[in-house]
Amino acid sequence: LQFILELRVLDSLVKSNLISEGGGGGMGAQKKGGGAKVSEDAEEQSRQRLQAILLADSFATKFRPVTLERPKVLLPIVNVPMIDYTLAWLEYAGIEEVFVFCCAHSVQVIEYLEKSEWYSHPNLVVRTIESHKSISAGDALRYMYEQQTETSQIQGDFVLVSGDTVSNMPLADLIQEHRERKKKDEKAIMTMVIKQSKSSSLTHQSRLGTDQLFIAVDPLTKQLLHYEEDKIDHPRGSICLDKSLLDSNPSVLVCNDMQDCYIDICSPEVLSLFEDNFDYQHLRRHFVKGVLVDDIMGYKIFTHEIHSSYAASIDNFRSYDTVSKDIIQRWTYPYVPDINFSGNRPLKLGRQGIYRASDAVQSRSADVGASTVIGYGTKIGDGDKILNSVIGNGCSIGSNVVIEGSYIWNNVTIEDGCEIRNAIVCDGVKIRAGAVLHPGVVLSFNVVVGRDFVVPAYSKVSLLQQPTTEDSDEELEYADSSSGTADHMSGLNLQMEPKASELGPDGAGYIWEVCEGAHDEEWKHSVAPIPKDKLSEFTQAIDDDDTDDESVIPASGELKSDADSINTDMNDPNDDYYYFEKEVEGTVLRAVEENIKVDLVTLEINGLRLSYNMESADCAGATFYSMMKLAVDTPHSSASELYKTATSIISKWKELLGFYVKKIDEQIEVIMKFEEMCQDSPKELGPLFTQILHLLYDKDVLQEDAILRWAEEKAGADEVDKVYLKQCETFIQWLKEASEEEDEDDEDEEEDD
Amino acid sequence: MPDVQSTVVEFVNKLRKRKIEGSQATAKCTVELLRSVISYQRVPHANQAAALIDAVKAVGQQLVAANPVELAVGNVVRRVLHIIREEDLSLTTAAMAGLDLLDASDDDDVDNCKGIGYPAMSAAVVAAAARSTLRPPSLQTLLEGTPESATVPYTSSSGADSESKTADKSSLTRKLKHDVIEGVNQLIHEIAGCHEQIAEQAIEHIHQNEVILTLGSSRTVLEFLCAAKEKKRSFRVFVAEGAPRYQGHLLAKELVARGLQTTVITDSAVFAMISRVNMVIIGAHAVMANGGVIGPVGVNMAALAAKKHAVPFVVLAGSHKLCPLYPHNPEVLLNELRSPSELLDFGEFSDCLDSGAGSGSLQVVNPTFDYVPPNLVSLFITDTGGHNPSYMYRLIADYYSADDLVM
Repeated sequence: LQFILELRVLDSLVKSNLISEGGGGGMGAQKKGGGAKVSEDAEEQSRQRLQAILLADSFATKFRPVTLERPKVLLPIVNVPMIDYTLAWLEYAGIEEVFVFCCAHSVQVIEYLEKSEWYSHPNLVVRTIESHKSISAGDALRYMYEQQTETSQIQGDFVLVSGDTVSNMPLADLIQEHRERKKKDEKAIMTMVIKQSKSSSLTHQSRLGTDQLFIAVDPLTKQLLHYEEDKIDHPRGSICLDKSLLDSNPSVLVCNDMQDCYIDICSPEVLSLFEDNFDYQHLRRHFVKGVLVDDIMGYKIFTHEIHSSYAASIDNFRSYDTVSKDIIQRWTYPYVPDINFSGNRPLKLGRQGIYRASDAVQSRSADVGASTVIGYGTKIGDGDKILNSVIGNGCSIGSNVVIEGSYIWNNVTIEDGCEIRNAIVCDGVKIRAGAVLHPGVVLSFNVVVGRDFVVPAYSKVSLLQQPTTEDSDEELEYADSSSGTADHMSGLNLQMEPKASELGPDGAGYIWEVCEGAHDEEWKHSVAPIPKDKLSEFTQAIDDDDTDDESVIPASGELKSDADSINTDMNDPNDDYYYFEKEVEGTVLRAVEENIKVDLVTLEINGLRLSYNMESADCAGATFYSMMKLAVDTPHSSASELYKTATSIISKWKELLGFYVKKIDEQIEVIMKFEEMCQDSPKELGPLFTQILHLLYDKDVLQEDAILRWAEEKAGADEVDKVYLKQCETFIQWLKEASEEEDEDDEDEEEDD
Repeated sequence: MPDVQSTVVEFVNKLRKRKIEGSQATAKCTVELLRSVISYQRVPHANQAAALIDAVKAVGQQLVAANPVELAVGNVVRRVLHIIREEDLSLTTAAMAGLDLLDASDDDDVDNCKGIGYPAMSAAVVAAAARSTLRPPSLQTLLEGTPESATVPYTSSSGADSESKTADKSSLTRKLKHDVIEGVNQLIHEIAGCHEQIAEQAIEHIHQNEVILTLGSSRTVLEFLCAAKEKKRSFRVFVAEGAPRYQGHLLAKELVARGLQTTVITDSAVFAMISRVNMVIIGAHAVMANGGVIGPVGVNMAALAAKKHAVPFVVLAGSHKLCPLYPHNPEVLLNELRSPSELLDFGEFSDCLDSGAGSGSLQVVNPTFDYVPPNLVSLFITDTGGHNPSYMYRLIADYYSADDLVM
């Protein structure tokens, strides 16, 4: 049966092992979307107000320590708070009512909105909803569902975005498309916006610092069939698709170059789904996966790919950097610094993409390079070099300062001779003369870096101490709004004196320790570009992969169905056995090399057997396999030499093997395994089949019953499978005769061969 | 007043977010908004004009700041200010000379208007006449004493109406405001009718079997070409597509729908084609005081090609596009850089956009406008007729007061 499997795999470096298991199912199984039901209230629907839910909390800790003091949505990106970009876009796209869900630092968010022009906007009603208990997007939506009242409620389809979205895509048509689809198929509850964006071929990381995303989409209906962010729990670059996916869809488009924009058009059912499934926390990890897996409700998610417009969500420091650059490069037009889109003061755009405030003072000897933003009231001293950076309002920068690829927020004082590369410097920070910030540094609010102090790469510095009891389960922006800060403050007072010197004698602030494990990931999400040595590491790894991995999906998109790749299928029971065998092989190899006692090896293999839930017969097969593999791998020039090695290994370790081959079945398993091995390497082991079989018999590893039973079983097999049976025909014949007269000539048989 | 305030805010928002495009639409919205500002503005008994000017200026500054690239906004605001000043002057002159004189001069004006062809400037011309003793007569008034064939005949029905109304209500205390609103109404009328006014001159410029080249899309150009077609002129049009927005495609579609022989070429083929072309006609975004033109990107290249091959380069511009500023003024923002997505597909190039992966990063620049220096322009066709680039400063002196140039 043919399945058209279009693969949009962009570079051959990406290895995707797609297994379709021969394509078992029939085409008849294809599901048709539940009958077209035209709802009566169609007209009513089109008259509904366009509503949006904006989550003004990321429910993550990626922006710590900055988010301990200010909510993420109020952090400036190119000198404008993120939430302004989101609101300006929603307003532009024709949304009439926005529910801003505030959780962490809700007071600050509401205060900001009250002061801004959004509360009095003629076309956009902004309502704030406050909840302090929510610790995830799921909780937030459940809270929304419960809090719906007559005046403020979600009436129909709504747009779900987070407050850190920067976009300029039009929404009206998309919402219309979603409604039309919903009318035809009421199970279509969500439309997800995706955008093509190639991820790095080396790090498998998207431009935005998130993991590479694999999605499977029906190319005709655009229905989302599979959603997977690349995780460490299975080999990189491979995905597993459910076989039934291919059964029920005539064609599947698998993409690895898509970026999830985290913009969703949802129907009201989404809210009730969250209400029903109280364990849904994360929008993607739980909700989308839950909907895709759930067959009972049959809800469907569709995708919408945007081409000409821009959309991205700022999830970590790297995406902060990337999106800032995109804004400066004007991909987000009209939300660019020289246009007043949300009450921000527009900057003037000069040559080479330099945005400069009209009252910024710049020394003549200062060198301000391309793609730089300089805010209002900022002073730039003599001999400064500024490149690829954003400098906020009211900053004062001394002489001979070097700033590269950094984000300096408002009212920062930088004294003479500092060097700042790829860092984020928050409001009110003072950097004393001669201090150096290495790449990836984040200085939170009002930190003071001491004279000539060097801040090491990737350090995060805050006036607040690092919370010691970190709840790894709860991904909170921070625990509790007021009390949490107070706690930190008291801790600060207690330990201020001894710790103040962490940033030099005249500095103030704590360098946060990076928790173990996360350290390795630090470079991934930092503002700093990926260091050269990391990149070369990846290049190395890929070169290695290339040489030993042949199951690369060719660019043409042919689906390979070769035997080796079956081993990698997660659903295949052989899979476990494969790993088990590898483990046993390792154990035996070590045992041989280090000459470990048989008892200990047995103990170890027994442990493996329990952990992989294997039978004793499997152990026998695996152990034998390992021993033979060892023999084959030992350098040899001729068959006889190989035989000699095999003999020595078998005679030495027969006790180990004997431990598992106590029953006839287990012995048969060993023979089968051996036969399999011979088939795999017919040149080397093939000719020795009989000899080694005899050897095993001699060493009492195999009993004649086992060999005879194996011969009987094989007698009915195909001609091809009988090769080895025929090879040892004489031996079996002899065994048969021998067993008949076993009682009489015991000694005879031993001499005969 | 709060009502007006909210409309102002709404319009400012639209301008800020670049929701309104095209100078004619913007000009029309601006002048309508200013009319309502004036009509809702409460005027004190003394110094009415100053109050109106302040109100209009305040709104005007907001509008200009909202989208400094759209010069038509500033032009219209200055035109309205000019109308207020002129009406004020004419009233004071009239008050000095007595009502009889005013009536007489009003009648004169109607005739005068017909001759000169300033449909909107009834009161302005009164003032001009009143001031004529103060400054030497311009070249224009000397020349245009004899009506030229190029001049557009003035349909005076509405003008005459307003004149009679003016006369009726001349005794009212609110006369100034009323006159100003009348003047603004005529400005609206003028802006709305500028396409027709320009198109009527088409027949004199486009001849049988000529080849016309145009670039990008402009409604003025479309109307102009179609007007010539309607007069049974047979000619061919080459449309340069106007990358990256490809508005030339839309223009070509419209032209074909109206039965013109149309050929689409790429922008880069302009130089190759120019030797076959008899005339280049483009629409302008704005015309500066020195006669320089701001037009769609690629226009300068077409102008240079035309110069090289001595092909006339004709620019069509309604009078609202005349900008009293010079291109070297620091407050003139000549260009707007739009999203690079019009040039490139973000997805395809997303891997070259960051410098992170060891390689350099790709920069994309997408300017909207081009500047054509005055020496490359052969002729301007405005709703008042054809003019030389060097004559622009004089037209501007007629339309704007020097006091308003810096707002």
